Amino acid sequence: MNHSSLPPDTANEPLAPGQRLPESERREFSPEAIAEIHAIMARFPDKLAATLPALHIAQREFGFVSLSAMKAVAQAIGTPESHVFGVATFYTMYQKAPVGKFHFSVCTNISCALRGAAQLLEKVCEKTGVKPGQGPSADGMWSVEEVECLAGCGSAPCVQVNHDVYDEFVDEQKLIEVMEACKRGDYRPWAK
Amino acid sequence: MAAIRTKPDPQIYTFPGFGTDKYPNLMLRGAGDLDNWHLKVYEQKHEGYVAMKAALKMEPVAVTEEVKASGIRGRGGAGFPCGLKWSFMPKDTPERKFTRYLVCNGDEGEPGTFKDRVILEYNPHQLIEGMIIGGWAMQCKLGFVYIRGEFLWLIEKLEAAIQQARDAGYLGKNILGTGWDYDILVYRGAGAYICGEETALLNSLEGRRGEPRVKPPFPAAKGAFGQPTTVNNVETLAAVPPILRMGGAEYGKLGTPKNTGTRIYGVSGHVKRPGVFELPLGTPMDFVVNELAGGSSTGKKIKAIIPGGASAPMFDEKDFDCPLDFDTVKARGSMAGSGGLIVMDEDTCMVQATLRLIRFYAHESCGQCTPCREGCNWMSKILHRIEHGEGRMEDLDLLASLTPRIGLRTLCPLGDAACGPMDSALQKFRHEFEHHITHKTCYAQGSRLLSAVGAH
Repeated sequence: MNHSSLPPDTANEPLAPGQRLPESERREFSPEAIAEIHAIMARFPDKLAATLPALHIAQREFGFVSLSAMKAVAQAIGTPESHVFGVATFYTMYQKAPVGKFHFSVCTNISCALRGAAQLLEKVCEKTGVKPGQGPSADGMWSVEEVECLAGCGSAPCVQVNHDVYDEFVDEQKLIEVMEACKRGDYRPWAK
Repeated sequence: MAAIRTKPDPQIYTFPGFGTDKYPNLMLRGAGDLDNWHLKVYEQKHEGYVAMKAALKMEPVAVTEEVKASGIRGRGGAGFPCGLKWSFMPKDTPERKFTRYLVCNGDEGEPGTFKDRVILEYNPHQLIEGMIIGGWAMQCKLGFVYIRGEFLWLIEKLEAAIQQARDAGYLGKNILGTGWDYDILVYRGAGAYICGEETALLNSLEGRRGEPRVKPPFPAAKGAFGQPTTVNNVETLAAVPPILRMGGAEYGKLGTPKNTGTRIYGVSGHVKRPGVFELPLGTPMDFVVNELAGGSSTGKKIKAIIPGGASAPMFDEKDFDCPLDFDTVKARGSMAGSGGLIVMDEDTCMVQATLRLIRFYAHESCGQCTPCREGCNWMSKILHRIEHGEGRMEDLDLLASLTPRIGLRTLCPLGDAACGPMDSALQKFRHEFEHHITHKTCYAQGSRLLSAVGAH
């Protein structure tokens, strides 16, 4: 049966054949980051446990988790690169491509959807000029991601900007306020 | 470290009568008070660390017995008796000494559930106190708190609170002269719903992909880092200090005889006052939704309620009076799960709602077991074409035939979780699916639940 008239169901789209993960400018950790990772390794019963925290540190230092970042993590912990690659690609919070200075995560799961998350996501895309999964806007300011439940169901719809949750019943007015605040520099930029 | 966020959480948590004997406030003490994450405030205003000091004077076994006597069942979803779980941990013998760990599950990712964040926001010391008591009862060496990565500001807050407890001598070496060493480490997740499953969480804690393990061995035999481990939910551990303070028997009088105590219900969706409400188990669902959450926000009749987070099968009108405790909800064909109530009014298109839920499971499946990995995607694709007017009548039988081939055929309950909403929606709202197939449009006239842009 031909489903040509169907809009594409893009959920879980893998990398296209031949498609490579983008590379970052930075290639190595700073000495402070290495010290931080070693401190984590010492605190836990097994050094491997530092993989997830080290990838968070890598995301902060490199801007996103590039292949170089994964290699640097593997080297810092002393574990095979394949292990770090497997972990980094399993978890969705590690961005494998560059994101904007302000990264909007819009929850569209059921509780948020019942309160207008689908329309909000469209508004966010319209105002920022980027679509989910399309990388940052031309000025490098914005990027948008559709995410699963952010545990803000009671004040849905829920939007997270970088590391801070802005979950107070986000409507168009609130969204404009948040974006203005981003432009003013009131919020922590990505990876800072 | 960045400054600790002091912005008030917007969740509603109070209602007339909250804090009285009928609706005791055990876990949301200090809610609304943004200074309550300071150890001093918690100790002065909320009898903080009183239970811990009492527990450290008791024999570890006696502490476990007290928790057993309270009858408290795990608040993470499965409702397993907490005291019994603690007693599964192997004890030291003259021949063999064990290194035991206590892990707190704070990977709150179940759609419709937002209770742990309130505890972490307003009452982090009660969780720390519960973890010290649990650690003492099982004579653990270390406690871990696994928190989902999105809660960065809560992680910063909890770490600051743990440092205060260390400074006060409640954590570290030779705690309060007992000769017992114990510390708590916070671990940040990275966005995987599956890590809420206890063995997936343990893998993640060890720095691996969050893939559930084969059981047995159960965590009590071989858990984190290969050692005996107990995994408890944030809410369960936060309930331990009140249990010790009141005494297990007294706590056991709350709720119903087999479902004791209070739990935090989150109400979201089409209600006037969405929020978190701490209530004794067995409180009727219509009371929570209509009286506390204010009833329908749209003025339309309520059509369906999911009683225990997205994984629980939906209830329709005839079950709205269901008392919210583990056993009754199960007897009526759903599960009390994580206590998240999702309310949908009659304008909600059930095909869209189900598709959104199934898409979530398809996205979050870890990919280890074929029935879940392929089945959830398959269901998502079928629903996608029904939603877009290309469904066939036989699709409904196909969907109904898929769920028994996913449920109970996977390592962890994620596959079963996807079957809950699918089966119940098909049974209770089949006419909406049929309408979609024959008329190529929604039966209900509400606003769209699915966006026109992207889906991950």
